[in-house]
Amino acid sequence: MPPAETTVAQPEVTQPTAASVGVARATPTDTVGLGRARAVAFVTPALVLIGVFLVFPALWTLYIGTTDFRLTGAAARSPSFVGLENYARALADPTFYNSLWLTLIFVLGSAVIGQNGLGFALAWAMRDAPRWASRLAQTLVLLAWILPSSVVAFLWIAMLDRDAGTINVLLGQTPGVAWLIEYPMVGIVVFNIWRGTAFSMMLYSAALSSVPPSHLETARLAGASGAQTLRDVVLPHIRRYALTNTLLITLWTFNDFTPFLLTAGGPGRESEIIPVYIYNTAIIGGEMGYSGAISLLVLLMNLLLALVYLRAARTGQRTAA
Amino acid sequence: MNVAKAVVRRILVYVVFGFGTAFFALPMLWLLSAPFDDPPTYAVRPPRNFSLENLSQILDNRYAVPSLVNSTLLSVGTMVLVVVSAALAAYALSRANVPGRDALLYALLLLSSVVTGTAAMVPIFLLIYQLDLIDTHLGVILVLTGGLLPAAIFLLKDFIDTIPRSYEESARVFGASPLQILRHIVVPVARPGLATIGVWTIVQVWGSFLVPFLLLRDPDKQPAAVLLRTFYTEGGSPNLGLIAAFSLLYSIPVVLMYLLAWSRYGFRFHGGIKS
Amino acid sequence: MAAITLTRLVKEFPGGVRALDALDLTIADGEFFALLGPSGCGKTTLLRTIAGLESPTSGTVRIGDRDVTSLPPGARDVAMVFQDYALFPHMTVVENIAYPLKIRRQPRAERTAHATAVGEQLGLGGLMARRPAELSGGQQQRVALARAVACRPSVFLFDEPLSNLDARLRLEARTFLKRLQREIGVTTVFVTHDQAEALALADRIAVMEHGQIRQIGTPREVFGRPANTFVANFIGSTPMNLLPGVVAGEHVEIGGQRLRLPPEARGAVTEGEKVTVGVRPEYVAVSTERTDGGLAGNVAIVEHLGTSSLVTVEVDGLLVGATVPEDTEPAPGAAVWLVPAPERVLVYRDDGTLVGAPAR
Repeated sequence: MPPAETTVAQPEVTQPTAASVGVARATPTDTVGLGRARAVAFVTPALVLIGVFLVFPALWTLYIGTTDFRLTGAAARSPSFVGLENYARALADPTFYNSLWLTLIFVLGSAVIGQNGLGFALAWAMRDAPRWASRLAQTLVLLAWILPSSVVAFLWIAMLDRDAGTINVLLGQTPGVAWLIEYPMVGIVVFNIWRGTAFSMMLYSAALSSVPPSHLETARLAGASGAQTLRDVVLPHIRRYALTNTLLITLWTFNDFTPFLLTAGGPGRESEIIPVYIYNTAIIGGEMGYSGAISLLVLLMNLLLALVYLRAARTGQRTAA
Repeated sequence: MNVAKAVVRRILVYVVFGFGTAFFALPMLWLLSAPFDDPPTYAVRPPRNFSLENLSQILDNRYAVPSLVNSTLLSVGTMVLVVVSAALAAYALSRANVPGRDALLYALLLLSSVVTGTAAMVPIFLLIYQLDLIDTHLGVILVLTGGLLPAAIFLLKDFIDTIPRSYEESARVFGASPLQILRHIVVPVARPGLATIGVWTIVQVWGSFLVPFLLLRDPDKQPAAVLLRTFYTEGGSPNLGLIAAFSLLYSIPVVLMYLLAWSRYGFRFHGGIKS
Repeated sequence: MAAITLTRLVKEFPGGVRALDALDLTIADGEFFALLGPSGCGKTTLLRTIAGLESPTSGTVRIGDRDVTSLPPGARDVAMVFQDYALFPHMTVVENIAYPLKIRRQPRAERTAHATAVGEQLGLGGLMARRPAELSGGQQQRVALARAVACRPSVFLFDEPLSNLDARLRLEARTFLKRLQREIGVTTVFVTHDQAEALALADRIAVMEHGQIRQIGTPREVFGRPANTFVANFIGSTPMNLLPGVVAGEHVEIGGQRLRLPPEARGAVTEGEKVTVGVRPEYVAVSTERTDGGLAGNVAIVEHLGTSSLVTVEVDGLLVGATVPEDTEPAPGAAVWLVPAPERVLVYRDDGTLVGAPAR
């Protein structure tokens, strides 16, 4: 789910522009007479803000992870350098692995399969549906995305309530299962699918409409079935969009803090995905240094994911074009 | 055979639609019924006793309305900072062809996806602490701005790229200075893009939970996002009436803003796919 | 009102692209001057350099008696009309026209009055309160012109002023532009890739290729006596016939046949020299009877052009074009003799340059 509460990135699915492909004639370098000094001055405020509040913390994590800094106690006032001790501890820590495992389930289940799948299915179905139905579906899906996370969290707490929650009412069991207590992961996975499908749906909608109708018609004239057309014409065309979408929702879901509002990682550590784990360790547990180390590991994992995507996207470009 | 296939196809579409609509609508229906229900429950049902009692509870609650003011403060403050700095930067990056610019933008964008609040929670907390901005709105605004800027710049630059340079060149040949060009030509023409970024920023900040949660201590300073959670985690059994009414009130502004932006400017920014 | 002088103008882009290759050019005061050439030849770069939107790598630009090479565009007293007209979408017509005056700090009432007057002069009366999006293509163009006229510059610069109009409108606009320039009398430089447009509008034309000027002359000179094969090929609605041959005495041997050398070339070429003979299809007569001094061949294709037809004849493996009046076309396959008008025959050397003086 595109995190509403923290930093957000919009997808960078841009078709190659003339500038990126390389125009035949040399483009003028400073047509507006902005001048180097002014250009630098214009860019500075943004760069300073980004530098101080985004880049610097990211780099500082490197340092913090190598100290034993704590929120309280002696180590709070004079933290000492402990080298890679925190990292060693993390890599041997079962709670860390628990958290990683849960995060993996969370990301795969709710993002890679859930949002992707549902988003695509909706986008695909919307092509043929009557206009009013599409509009209705779109509006609802978007509303789920727009509503503030605190509200949405509570809506699902209500849905999943043991005594009067709608899910149990539909299942005919009141009181039924206390979902968030007995199956917390299921709860947050379904919640995240509900919350975040909007983005995938919009993206696939746009992607599907960019498939040239002439290609679809050629396949139809050749006698291809719906499934074959999907496989042979549509999927290759939207491959790049699918990759970008998957990368973005993976990163967002990986770092999504909202499930905290539903289960706070509990009961116990049963739904303690990484973001919640970091919070619990740093703020509740007060172990800043250790938490910093974990944060860095998470950062590296994210970077790795991004690089994997870039590799996949690039090979795609070579074969596709 | 083809008729049967078409029918099956139709049915499939209806099923997906039916399921989709129900799935997405159900949780939200609570928001429409519970605030007016007396006594309110978790169930989604038409209000048994229609009453505005819950809404009046909000006015009685000491923190409720002020928290909405705080949310507004944070949203508007961040919006102003983001729009101004992103617009200047996007304009410069679009018009002054600096080498390595595209790589820089892409890297920043990637960075802002990767370095999210959760991964940078610790250093951000410490940083704000060191800057003595803990428990201030300014601290929250600055952190949120830093996180939102890369995407805002990326989107705005994309938008400004579509404004023909001939407008600015024409003005320049007529003798306008760069600042005049910015004021007379660029800003008016870029208004849709600026407005969309503005709305987007407000919506992001309005619902933002983690950063204010992390950096604010004083309950009088909490925005609605954090306060709402407090309503159901503190105390014995949560006051559903208050929560329901407050949720509704808290949600309305952002829904209105989005609908306004969507109807006026369309969802053009979705993925940068121009379709 | 000013003459423009360019001296040894060089513009090199990063990457070594030489858009302007040491150009020397003088445009007279009040002249309607065309920069003509295929895309990539440097004509737009040249225009933008005069405007000040590009800075030359070396060389000077003088407008009037001022050296403006290092002056910013706003200080050069020029007005430029861009190919897409660059009308500011959020301003009304009158505000657009008045914009240069606003920059010059003319008071609002004054500049609005002046802009309205200019707008009416260009036939835009009644459209003053509209936005550009509400105007037709022709009207938009005239607003752009009005804006240029309103600031009373020393020089007008037009970048492909007619290419955004559709064909019918283009002809009307062409006449309009010529009259306007005549009335106002301001030195005008315009860029085009359309040779017919340049021939129709300009007092003089500079034909450019690869950053160099290949010929400067009046339309008559450029059309009638192109200085080299590039210009010969570029100018003319129907391409000029360029036939390779070898000098043999007072003739040129083309394929297996001979054509008499024009008088001016007779002393200037050497025996056995490889030359190219150039003659426009419009100056080649077609005869169905054997004619001495003509080229014999068979009709390959006949293309109807309206009041005339273009007959392509195969002569010893070469394709030669000739224009005939309507209703006199020979049948395809017929044997014909092509007789070029002797005073219209041009001879080019192996390196492409014209034999003889460029202008008579």
